[in-house]
Amino acid sequence: MHRDSDRYRLFSRRSIILGGSQAVLFAALAGRMYYLQVVESERYTTLAEENRVSLKLLAPPRGRIVDRFGRPMAVNRQNYRAMLIPEKAVDVARALDTFSKVVPLSEAETERILREVGRKRRFLPVLVRENLTWDEVARIEVNAPELGGVSIDVGESRHYPDGIYTAPVLGYVSAVSEKEMTGDPLLELPGFRIGKEGLERVHDEVLRGRSGTSQIEVNALGREIRELERREVQPGAEAWLTVDLELQKYTARRLGEQAAAAVVMDAHTGDVLTLASTPTFDPNSFSRGLTPEEWRTLIGDPRSPLNNKAIAGQYAPGSTFKMAVALAALETGAVTPDSRVFCPGHMELGDATFHCWKPEGHGFMNMVDGIVQSCDVYFYEIARRTGIDRIAAMARRLGLGAKSGIDLPGEKSGLIPSRAWKKEVKGESWQTGETLLAGIGQGLFLITPLQLAVMTARLVNGGKAVRPRLTKELIPVDARESAVPDLPAFDSLDIHPSHLDLVTNAMAGVINSRRGTAFRARIKQAGRRMGGKTGTVQVRRISKAERETGVLKNEELPWEERDHALFVGYAPVDNPRYVVSVIVEHGGGGASVAAPIARDILREVQERDPSRGRPRAWLPEDGVSGPAEREG
Amino acid sequence: MALSSSHDPELTLGRKIRQIPWVFVLLVTMTASVGFVMLYSAAGGNLEPWTSRQMPRFGVGLAVMLVVAVTDIRLWLRYAYVFYGLSLALLIAVEFVGAVGMGAQRWIDLGFVSVQPSEIAKVTLILALARYFYASRVEDVGRLTHLFVPALLIAAPVILVLGQPDFGTAVLLLFTGVVLLFLAGVRAWLFAFAGLAAVAAIYPVWQFVLLDYQKARVLTYLRPENDPLGAGYHILQSKIALGSGGLFGKGFLQGSQSHLNFLPEKQTDFIFTVLAEEFGMAGGFGLLGLYLLLLIYGFAVSLRCRNHFGRLVAMGITSAFFLNIFVNVAMVMGLLPVVGIPLPLISYGGTAMLMLLFSFGLLMCVFVHRDIALGPGAASGD
Repeated sequence: MHRDSDRYRLFSRRSIILGGSQAVLFAALAGRMYYLQVVESERYTTLAEENRVSLKLLAPPRGRIVDRFGRPMAVNRQNYRAMLIPEKAVDVARALDTFSKVVPLSEAETERILREVGRKRRFLPVLVRENLTWDEVARIEVNAPELGGVSIDVGESRHYPDGIYTAPVLGYVSAVSEKEMTGDPLLELPGFRIGKEGLERVHDEVLRGRSGTSQIEVNALGREIRELERREVQPGAEAWLTVDLELQKYTARRLGEQAAAAVVMDAHTGDVLTLASTPTFDPNSFSRGLTPEEWRTLIGDPRSPLNNKAIAGQYAPGSTFKMAVALAALETGAVTPDSRVFCPGHMELGDATFHCWKPEGHGFMNMVDGIVQSCDVYFYEIARRTGIDRIAAMARRLGLGAKSGIDLPGEKSGLIPSRAWKKEVKGESWQTGETLLAGIGQGLFLITPLQLAVMTARLVNGGKAVRPRLTKELIPVDARESAVPDLPAFDSLDIHPSHLDLVTNAMAGVINSRRGTAFRARIKQAGRRMGGKTGTVQVRRISKAERETGVLKNEELPWEERDHALFVGYAPVDNPRYVVSVIVEHGGGGASVAAPIARDILREVQERDPSRGRPRAWLPEDGVSGPAEREG
Repeated sequence: MALSSSHDPELTLGRKIRQIPWVFVLLVTMTASVGFVMLYSAAGGNLEPWTSRQMPRFGVGLAVMLVVAVTDIRLWLRYAYVFYGLSLALLIAVEFVGAVGMGAQRWIDLGFVSVQPSEIAKVTLILALARYFYASRVEDVGRLTHLFVPALLIAAPVILVLGQPDFGTAVLLLFTGVVLLFLAGVRAWLFAFAGLAAVAAIYPVWQFVLLDYQKARVLTYLRPENDPLGAGYHILQSKIALGSGGLFGKGFLQGSQSHLNFLPEKQTDFIFTVLAEEFGMAGGFGLLGLYLLLLIYGFAVSLRCRNHFGRLVAMGITSAFFLNIFVNVAMVMGLLPVVGIPLPLISYGGTAMLMLLFSFGLLMCVFVHRDIALGPGAASGD
């Protein structure tokens, strides 16, 4: 028993050591538990909540854009899309490979998808293909077991029913580029589009609306268990434009395939009824995503379809500038309406000879004759008497040479030079010859078609500083008040009414008197007669030799050397309401090319009379309820 | 001292039954009931598929425990090596006819029930080592040559289990064996030496033995945070569950981590997490408290026992029980690498439950026979 008691003592001692160390380890467990469940509890609670709840962003439907009568110009269409969640697909390249066996993917598409997968967070879905047909949707659903990570959802895509006619006004939406990512998760939604040009860009944030969120309880596989909380989306506001869609379409069609622009405005309100630039592009293809080939065609076209010529095309005003010169001369007292100038067909200044468009000369001209017959010598002379700085000041008052402030991006300011400007920019002093040229709107002068329309409006509305606008109202879907303030009262330009009357009457004579340069383009219908002014701008120098042998006709010249054809007009002559400006690049003569176009547009706008009554021949379409009532 | 049982009071079956520590039986039942509740929760508030199957198993196990408690302890002494040999045979058999579960061969399907031989080996190893040291004289134990046989006894099941491969169970077997060597009186410096040797072996083994993928696995064991979507994922999710449980938990059946399947193997390895998420630290401490009472009982039995075989068996069983609890709980709390050890009495699993209750039966058997002196010849069986 002695040996056993030895053994027992050893055993007991070691049992106690063992028990002690086990107690220490047990205490360690308890301590760890305390640390995790009490000390760090808050952190882990947050993590558990993040685990459990997945926040899903709900995209708001983009606000519609409608014309002044509520006719839809930009709408949303249902769009079946195949999405891929990289995290779930595991091997993205293989998943796409399988997908393209079901619905073929081009190499460019695959590249884009892989690029997007690379730059987005792995649990965010990436757009594989949109605008799927029913047949494609069915094929994808049938093959769903092999297409891990691919799912179908219904999104909305922007659609422009009359895209090729409305593109200069609306612009387009397209995919968010990397630079445009602001960190707003909405922008990271697959297939999300933002406005890139035109009103889509200007009103992007308002049209976009506010995203909703849906908090979804998910399990470890990301499968949705139930919705915990939902914040509804706030759809984008609806934009009501000043544009008359039918007139816009008519005008764009009338301009045809030429490189041209036309602006129609209400002279009193500044409502832009039409803003056309041709040729243009199909904004639907931008929304969809251009193929490289389409892109090359667009940028390779010498008629520059991507350039909105109505606001960003800059041209010398030519003879359409003569009203500004005349007003400057009258207002400063340099001439009286009856001051007479003799036109022998040219004018000498030093060594230089300045030619009239009519080589045989017009004879004695007063101001009305000068405008009606567009006598160049008459304007050389009164420009010389008035001086460049006064002419420039009047041009600016009429809205030339500065941005009009229209609600479109990319507007160009044009250029109205002055002595100080030339000194500063070119470092040279002004030459009298340049003043002479300014009299006929040639030289360094640059204006945009929109500025010409604004100028004409200011001439015929009694000298008010009307400003153009395209947006009438932005109406939030759930509110009734408008987001654009009422039309401001326009300041007076302080031009003597009799001077304005004289000039506008002369413009009426341009069209309606037999000697007028655009007599052939007149409107004969009583009460709808128009007034206007032609302009023809040389884009090349005519050499002395050529002048002697006979100036080449436009038809004999290559397209890019032909003259620009310009016209500004208004109607009706007795109570002017609508103004129009037309520019046809390399179109030829203002009287022969631009004037007939302007006449047709003015005839159409008076027929429709969008500023007053409701449109004829237009009935509410399905889903568009009585927007015409808003007009009342 | 040839046959010592003659002068010990002979125990009748009735006396044995009266000796059964019913408080211990009650504690075991309470702990197992916690398990039933947690399995019910892990199934999303369903008896199926786990609770309904675990309860009858526990019933069978309880019966086995009580029967074992009243068997003659000399039976286990006498046939300790036989049982050990049988369990080794099963471990070898599992290599050939075993079913693969969780990527390792661990099961033998007997048709009506599948058996996990490694769980059986945990108990038979204790018996065999206790049998060996019971017969050794205290001065022999200090000798190095005397350690050859017990080293072999430990190594055989450890290597077989390692080959399944079941790293966790192999480590548990090894530690159980080492604990018994320690209790038997093997010189303390030997443990220190073995520890140092193990540390020293790390470098050459790492450099020359382990293949790249094995190294990668070891590294993830050591630093699970580096692989948050792989091996580290489960342990992170488990920590989140524990931490978000807080002091008093989210409430029964309200554990979002468990019910939304963020926890892996929640009915087996991670059941403690389910408990601690739903009942918080209070619930976790409650279960650890129950375990503590069971362990204290084991210690008391061992120290109270007057024969060396009984002491070693009781302490071996208690220590193995402790190791099981510790490795599992430390694992789900991110203190140890994830090795796949179930939580005793709580986790879903037949063989483990049965063998644990069987070992508790042995513990009670030791208690019942605490005053019986077993001479060195008691094992010979005459």
